[in-house]
Amino acid sequence: MASLGDLERAVMDLLWAGREAATANTLRDQLAQTSVAVGGTAGHEGKELAVTTVLTVLSRLEKKGLVERERGMRPHRYQAVSSRADHTAELMHEVLGSAPDREAVLARFIGSVTSTEAETLRKLLGRD
Amino acid sequence: MFWTSYLLAVLAIALAWPVPIMLSRAQWPARAPFTAMILWQTIALAGGLSMIGAMLVYGLEPAGENLIAGVRAVAGMVLFNAPTTVLGFWHIFALSAAALLTVHLLFTLLLTYLRIQRQRGRHRELLDLLAKPTADGSATMVINHDSPVAYCLPGGARSVTVLSDGLMSALEPDELRAVLRHENAHLSQRHHLLLWAFAAWRQALPWLPTTRLAQDAVNSLIEMLADDVALKTESKASLIKAIAIVASAPERAKAAARFAQSGPDAQERTDTLSPAVGYPASPSLELMQASDSARTTASRVSRLLSPQEPLAPVTTGAVLLLCGMLLAVPTALLIVPGLLG
Repeated sequence: MASLGDLERAVMDLLWAGREAATANTLRDQLAQTSVAVGGTAGHEGKELAVTTVLTVLSRLEKKGLVERERGMRPHRYQAVSSRADHTAELMHEVLGSAPDREAVLARFIGSVTSTEAETLRKLLGRD
Repeated sequence: MFWTSYLLAVLAIALAWPVPIMLSRAQWPARAPFTAMILWQTIALAGGLSMIGAMLVYGLEPAGENLIAGVRAVAGMVLFNAPTTVLGFWHIFALSAAALLTVHLLFTLLLTYLRIQRQRGRHRELLDLLAKPTADGSATMVINHDSPVAYCLPGGARSVTVLSDGLMSALEPDELRAVLRHENAHLSQRHHLLLWAFAAWRQALPWLPTTRLAQDAVNSLIEMLADDVALKTESKASLIKAIAIVASAPERAKAAARFAQSGPDAQERTDTLSPAVGYPASPSLELMQASDSARTTASRVSRLLSPQEPLAPVTTGAVLLLCGMLLAVPTALLIVPGLLG
């Protein structure tokens, strides 16, 4: 069985790719088809991915604020809170933003740059 | 013992204000970033030590001949209800202030550590879902984004360097290698520990000019140190080109501006490309920080373009000796009278 991290990734990929909310059963079937999540590990190939495992993964993702559940309907249907591009943009904003309390979290190759400075550097490169 | 507290107070004030201002204006740190880094750490450590020490020694003065006897006497008062009549109001005030400052500094260090760890953990969580590890299985991930971005996220064995698609397509292989060397240097030299300590120092005493100057200086010094490591294996031209391309990329500006809030200072924000959305900061403060980081990139490039001689060994030795003295003097002032007495 693949690790929970790999499964989380595979589930998110499916939710981001699909347009509609999906139940854990649907997701299990899709995972079994793609075999991304379970593939590779010998000895488990015939073994089906349990729906409970998918539910565990979904509840972990829900706790992380990445997945939301449509309540009131059974079985629950799950969907991604925001698109992959939005999450990437959020992450990149965290990186590109210049909040002082972020400075210690990660080390960037280049910090903030003023427009005049960018201009000077562009000239240095010979591209206007 | 009385003069000891005055000496320590003078040292604390010198290290809190004139010394860091002089050092932040000095030109030599670009020629000896490693030595300068040690000096900044010494200033912070010796500054804190003498600040606390001055108050402690002053407050304990009536209680005992020296620090150790004084601590013993005060411990008796606190723990066993011994009479406190020897201590005047100001002595108790100084002792309380020393205790509070010590606890404050240690707690801020701890809280900053926890906050950084939490933010890194969250960032890593998203990275694991959004970014793909590179084929060679090294600790490098690629994220699908147009801005040319490179950074490293420290986390012990799980440390990772992240590159964006935009960066990979904008840079030639040799320039990319220079970026990777630079980021790996941050990780292998444990720069995140320095960033943590100085972020906590600033968080704890934000009104003290030295804490901001120190953090800015440390931010720029670690970039110089990482550049120097990159230059050992990669050519200077590759590194300069990589810096120039990444820093001047229009996509980067767009990505940053996309998040710029509308408001009275929106124009300023777009100009400086420092959105800082959602973080309470006055516009003037924000602008100042932006120009500080800008100075970092500018000084990095000019340092690479017109390299200066490294600092002479004699001078480096003198600075290191000064560092040793700065740490030894407050420690000696605190402990030696007790050992002699």
